Order: sequence, then C-alpha cells, then structure tokens
Amino acid sequence: MKEPVSPSSSPDPDQLIVSGLRFGSQGPYDFSLAPGMCCGLSGVSGSGKTLLLRAIADLDEHQGECLLNGISSSAYPAFEWRSRVALVPAESRWWHELVGDHLIYRDGEKRAVDLLVSCGFGAEVLNWQVQRLSTGEKQRLSVVRALLREPSVLLLDEIGSSLDGDSELLLEQMLMDYRRRRRASILWVSHSPGQLARVADTLLVLHPDRLEAVQEVSQNQFAQKNQEVSP
Amino acid sequence: MNVAVLSALDLSIAAALVVLLALLSFRLKLGLAAQMLIAALRMIIQLLLVGMVLQFLFANSSLWLVILISMVMLLAAGREVRSRAKRKIRGPIGYGVGVGSMFISSFSIAVLALLVILQQDPWYEPRYAIPFLGMLLGNTMTGIALAVDRMTSLFHEQKEAVEQRLMLGETKGEAGADIRRDCMRAGMIPLINSMAAAGLVSLPGMMTGQILGGTPPMEAVKYQLLIMFLIGAGTGFGVICSILMIQNHLFDERHRLRLDRLLPLQPRNR
Repeated sequence: MKEPVSPSSSPDPDQLIVSGLRFGSQGPYDFSLAPGMCCGLSGVSGSGKTLLLRAIADLDEHQGECLLNGISSSAYPAFEWRSRVALVPAESRWWHELVGDHLIYRDGEKRAVDLLVSCGFGAEVLNWQVQRLSTGEKQRLSVVRALLREPSVLLLDEIGSSLDGDSELLLEQMLMDYRRRRRASILWVSHSPGQLARVADTLLVLHPDRLEAVQEVSQNQFAQKNQEVSP
Repeated sequence: MNVAVLSALDLSIAAALVVLLALLSFRLKLGLAAQMLIAALRMIIQLLLVGMVLQFLFANSSLWLVILISMVMLLAAGREVRSRAKRKIRGPIGYGVGVGSMFISSFSIAVLALLVILQQDPWYEPRYAIPFLGMLLGNTMTGIALAVDRMTSLFHEQKEAVEQRLMLGETKGEAGADIRRDCMRAGMIPLINSMAAAGLVSLPGMMTGQILGGTPPMEAVKYQLLIMFLIGAGTGFGVICSILMIQNHLFDERHRLRLDRLLPLQPRNR
C-alpha cells in the first residue's frame, strides 16, 4: 500500500498507529491517525468495515497491534483502551429507562447540556424515556454519550444513516468542534461521499487484503472510487 | 405410633389415577400422555433402585460408600443443571458450572450440617447424610438451573447492549451487572416464594413425611426449618457461584464478550 495517512513523518506521541492488523481472513492492515485528523473509511458492503473498527476497539480477537501514545492496546486495561478509543456503532443500545442515566457528567451537567444543544436537543432530553426516542435521535444521543467520555480516538460506524440533512450537519459540526477542542482523531465509516467530502481530511477504501489511500478528497473522485470497488 | 404399611394394591390405586389422567389427556388430544407415562415409569424404577441402595447402605455404614454415592448424585445433578439450559456452555466447563455450583449449594452445606448441627456418630451416618444431601441437591438444583439458563440466554439476547457498554469503557463486571442481578432474582425467587408460603399454602414435603411417620409436629417443624435454612443458603451460594463462573467464562481477559463459548442451539432438543 501507499504512504500511510499520517501527513508528517515524525510520529506524534498521541497518534493511533495500526500495524499488521488481521482479523478473520482479512488484513494485514497498516495505517495511522494523527491527532486532530479525520479519516473517512469506505468500502463495499460486507468488506469488513465494522469488523475493522471492532478489532481496533479490541472487541474481537485479532492479530497485530494498535498503539496509542506509543503504547500497545494490550498494555492498557481493556476498559481504559476502549474509553480512549471509542467505537460508536451504527445501531446504538440503551439499558436504563431515562436518557440522562446513560450520560456521565465528568465536568458537571453543563457540558452534557452544551453538547445536547449543539446537536439540536434541549436540556429536557435528559428526562426523556429511551423507549420513545426515534432511531435518528438515538443516533445523535449515542454520539453525545460517547463524547462525554472524552475519547482521544473516535471510530464512527455509519452514524448518520438515519438522519435528515439538518441533523446530519449538526452532528458533523459537533464532531468537528470536538475534534478541534480535544485534538481527537476520527475514523469515520460512511457510505455518503458528500458527508466524507465535508468532514474527512483523507480517505481510505477497505479491501480484503489492504487499505487503499485516496489522496485527494474530492466528492467526485471518491464517488468514482466507490464505484470501482462495487461489484 | 407406626407408619401405615402400604401394600402393592394401595400403590396401584394411586398409580391408576396417573394412567387415568394419561388416558383422558390422550382422548382430549391434549398431548403429554406418553411423556407422563414414561416419566412415571422412570420414577418407579429409579425410586425402587434408590430404596434398595439405601437399604444396603444403612446396613453397611461405610464412609467410602457414602462418598461414592454422594459423588454419583452430585455429578448427576451437575449434568441436569447443564441439560436444562437452553443455551449450553461449550466443553467441560459447561459441566463444571453445574457440578461446581451444586457442590457449593449442596455438598458443602450438607457436610457442614452433618458435622456441626446433627453431630451423629459417625458423622457420615448414611441415614442422615444421604437424605440431607438428596434434599439439598433436589431443592437447590431448580434455582441454580434457572439462573444458569437465564444467564446464558440473556447474554445471547443482550449481546449488543453488553458490547455497547464495553465500547463506552465499562469493565466486564459493570457491563454484566444488570444481567447478574436478573439471574440472581430468577434463581432465588421460587425459593423466597416457597419460604413465604410454607405452612400457609403448603405443608412442606419433608414435614408431611415425618408427621406421617409418627414424629411429633413440633419436632417435624424444627427439622423443616433446619432444612429450609440450609436450602435457602445453599441455593443462594450456588446461584452466586454459577453466576460468577459463567460471567468469568463468557468474557475473556481483554473483557470481550465471547459468545463463541456457547453451543449453537439444537432445534430438535426441545
């Protein structure tokens, strides 16, 4: 494969490095994410995008290494690795009755409310019943829930798929703000070339045996790439 | 006062009722007739065999014989716990959960009761040891089997929710907390209900047996209380043991949920 997506040659201490990652019969995959970078990830359905994210989050067995701050994931306690490298799945799950019970308030309730407002909710959402949320509301709230835990790396798995245009833009804005403020890096799986063109600095296309770097982020070129790999 | 001796005819009359029930069920196409008769036959053979074994055992009180029979009973109970679960744990650990929990719930409690409370000479006096162990095994097994069945099923059903919690940085202990609580409840509720209803709704089997056998009611009550305390504690410890063992086995050292450690469902097995 070509040059990994890291723009600088000297490794940043905070960067996520994935090296020789294999799962199932796929891989090895190598790439790195510099702090503050947003990388789009695409590939045909069934190409293993979700499995790649799960392997990075250490939710499935895999070979190879993922490093953060130069330290291998296996050297972190599992829960600490996952709170630093947070996976937000396409379909969120909830287990308490109220939305507010799922959110943690490390810096007081104000920060949670700020985040909720920035993606189009009011503070009253904290007392909403999870049962009555729409799929789109759940998707946005699941991102808020993840951001409140202040991860350094976000792995987003098609989180915008049930959103209307405005909500999608709000969500993107919230994530971009978080990325800037926290210098967090994002690996963003999406099927929408428009969305990736808006948010991603670089793009990767997932193949069974390699990641293909798409150098220039332009909507047209990316759409083309996507067509090439479609059967 | 002596026990009224039952003749073969007396038993036949009672058995005829079961046959009548099976006939009625068959006639009304309600099903279960064959299963009922087979279960009744199994029970006759098993109890007759046990009666013979016990008679032999009481005549020859030997520690090794008591241990041997206890082990057979324990292994059978462990196997039964596993077979009652809808989703079974793969490999020897699947039996280990059942046998280990039944050991805690029944074997250790029975030994404690024999050594500390009953203090017979010898302490393993089969006339006490075997009925105590059997009573504990039979009564704690239900709760433990319910908890095991529920735990493996819940982890399977709630895989996504458990993994979502892991993704948010929870430990395996935190991610499984709700399921553990649910299983503790499932395992203990039948027992708590039967303690609450004892004497009011039902006369417990052992007490009834003792009273029929001529023991004064207050003495029978004391034995019943003793055995209920032991069953209650045994069920609780056994359920906790099974919950912890399953929790420990269904997550690996990287706190990943490992449902590949469950056997796939076998559709024909009930």
